[in-house]
Amino acid sequence: MALETTSPPSPVGDRDKRWLLARLDGKYTPYLVIAPFFLVFGAFGLYPLLYTAWVSLHDWQLVDGDQGFTGLDNYATLLGDANFWNALFNTLSLFVLSTVPQLLAALGLAAVLDRGLRGRTFWRAGVLLPNVISVAAVALVFAQLYGRDFGIVNHLLGLVGIDPVDWRAETWASHLAISSIVMWRWTGYNALIYLAAMQSVPRDMYEASMIDGASRWRTFWAITVPSIRPTILFTVITSTIGGLQLFVEPQLFDPGGTATGTGGSDRQFQTLVMYLYEKGFRLFDAGYAATIAWVLFLVVLVVAGINFSVARRIASKG
Amino acid sequence: MVALDTPPPAVEPRRDLKRRKASTNYAGPFTYALLVVVLLASVFPLYFSFVVASKDNSVLGEAVPPLTPGGHLIENITRVFDTVDFSLAMANSLIVAGTVAISNVLLGTLAGFAFARLRFRGRNSLFLVVIGTSMVPAQLGVIPLYLLMSDLDWYGTLQAVIVPALIGAFSVFWMRQACEESVPHELVEAARVDGCSVLRTFWHVALPAVRPQAAVMGMFAFMAAWNDFFWPLIVLDPNDSPTVQVALSALASGYYTDYSLMLAGASLAVLPVVAIFILLSRQIVGGIMQGALKG
Repeated sequence: MALETTSPPSPVGDRDKRWLLARLDGKYTPYLVIAPFFLVFGAFGLYPLLYTAWVSLHDWQLVDGDQGFTGLDNYATLLGDANFWNALFNTLSLFVLSTVPQLLAALGLAAVLDRGLRGRTFWRAGVLLPNVISVAAVALVFAQLYGRDFGIVNHLLGLVGIDPVDWRAETWASHLAISSIVMWRWTGYNALIYLAAMQSVPRDMYEASMIDGASRWRTFWAITVPSIRPTILFTVITSTIGGLQLFVEPQLFDPGGTATGTGGSDRQFQTLVMYLYEKGFRLFDAGYAATIAWVLFLVVLVVAGINFSVARRIASKG
Repeated sequence: MVALDTPPPAVEPRRDLKRRKASTNYAGPFTYALLVVVLLASVFPLYFSFVVASKDNSVLGEAVPPLTPGGHLIENITRVFDTVDFSLAMANSLIVAGTVAISNVLLGTLAGFAFARLRFRGRNSLFLVVIGTSMVPAQLGVIPLYLLMSDLDWYGTLQAVIVPALIGAFSVFWMRQACEESVPHELVEAARVDGCSVLRTFWHVALPAVRPQAAVMGMFAFMAAWNDFFWPLIVLDPNDSPTVQVALSALASGYYTDYSLMLAGASLAVLPVVAIFILLSRQIVGGIMQGALKG
């Protein structure tokens, strides 16, 4: 940094010009340097999302383009579409099955990690590892683990005398299997988020509660959980937004079916985003796919709102 | 994984003992046993993927699933490269993830520096907008995004994947935090008073000060771009311009399911990310926990 401390004598006009430039620089450059974010988000995030609503009001083919305004026709078709209701049911079922146990397990795991452990970083890294692995690779591994004839899960079940489960064929079995993939990927991540929040809870609050004779279990629910309420709300919201858009895990769970995206022979695990993908990019019906996207957007808003108020109430009890 | 372990604090054993006695919150053997189980569950699918990748396909039909590696790893990896253009996929993923990482570091630090250290009208509300955008389910705009890409004639090109990811809300948020922590106010003021332009101040004062945080952020961006699946699957041509993840799904969509082949591909696909993770696990864990506290 060669900074001039004394500027050489220069004509007044020149100095004025430099002063003006510096002022303009200080005033406008900040906007210039934050502009890329807003441009990228506007062009590739916000605009497509809003334009989805417009596309959904048309008969719009992915390749051939706009075939004319049809008003709410797509929405009317959607409401009478059994595949849509099926996908909505699967989405909500997978969301509940994967999120509720996951966040509870994450809370428990965080409480365990919050003990005075030796090798803290090692354990923390260990639980985070699943989260950095590509979901495409993960889904393929689990597809093998949940194989009907030669999968490890069925083998283990066999050891305790349970008949092999056809994890892909049955609705509930497939939902449980796919939820376990989601749980495997996200429990450790959420545990670390909770752990971070727990560590900012003052220790003497625990000590006081223990001295008063409260059990560890009671202390956890009466002190820890209410103290990290904002963090719990945050994870509930992010899990809702992510969980309702579930795609890769179920899409790759049926390796043979990836080309179609129907989520099993009877669509038993087709989610809304998979249905969107099938309609838009396999059958090229962009207008209908946009309708699914927009309805899913509303579903996300409603469910996130419900979860927010429920989680707020639960977390403040205790 | 041994390298990950923090050595027990051997320097001050007495203080350690005292702390443990005073606190009711120490870990017993049961806690460690539980953590070992969790750790095994975390690692097992990866290990198993490697085991299957090293086996002949016929072994997978035996009554007891294999748990130890076999001798067919090289053969299966060769088959991966024969079945799909995996070297092209690797190269593409490197280009995409590398560009996205560098751009997120530069643009994220620029914006983060502005939000942390420059004064301008609307700074706080604009930053709230940045945070708010991360709550927008942008994936749902995929249909018009695709239409936009075909209008631009970008279908099947890497820029279709790169440009939308050039800068994300997370990078701005993260680098603002880093600048708040590590860029001294006085230094910025001094540089500005001495006539340094905003950009030169950024380059010579801010960027050097936040180098460690920027490196971790760059790795996050790299891993996210490397692992991205949904959008590349849609906008890239699996035969012409695949990323690693798209090539993986192509491996999986054959008529009959060849697990050795699939999981050999999967093992290759996770290798770079696992390597980064092992090298930087301390920073990555710290980063996620810090981000959580301030979020």
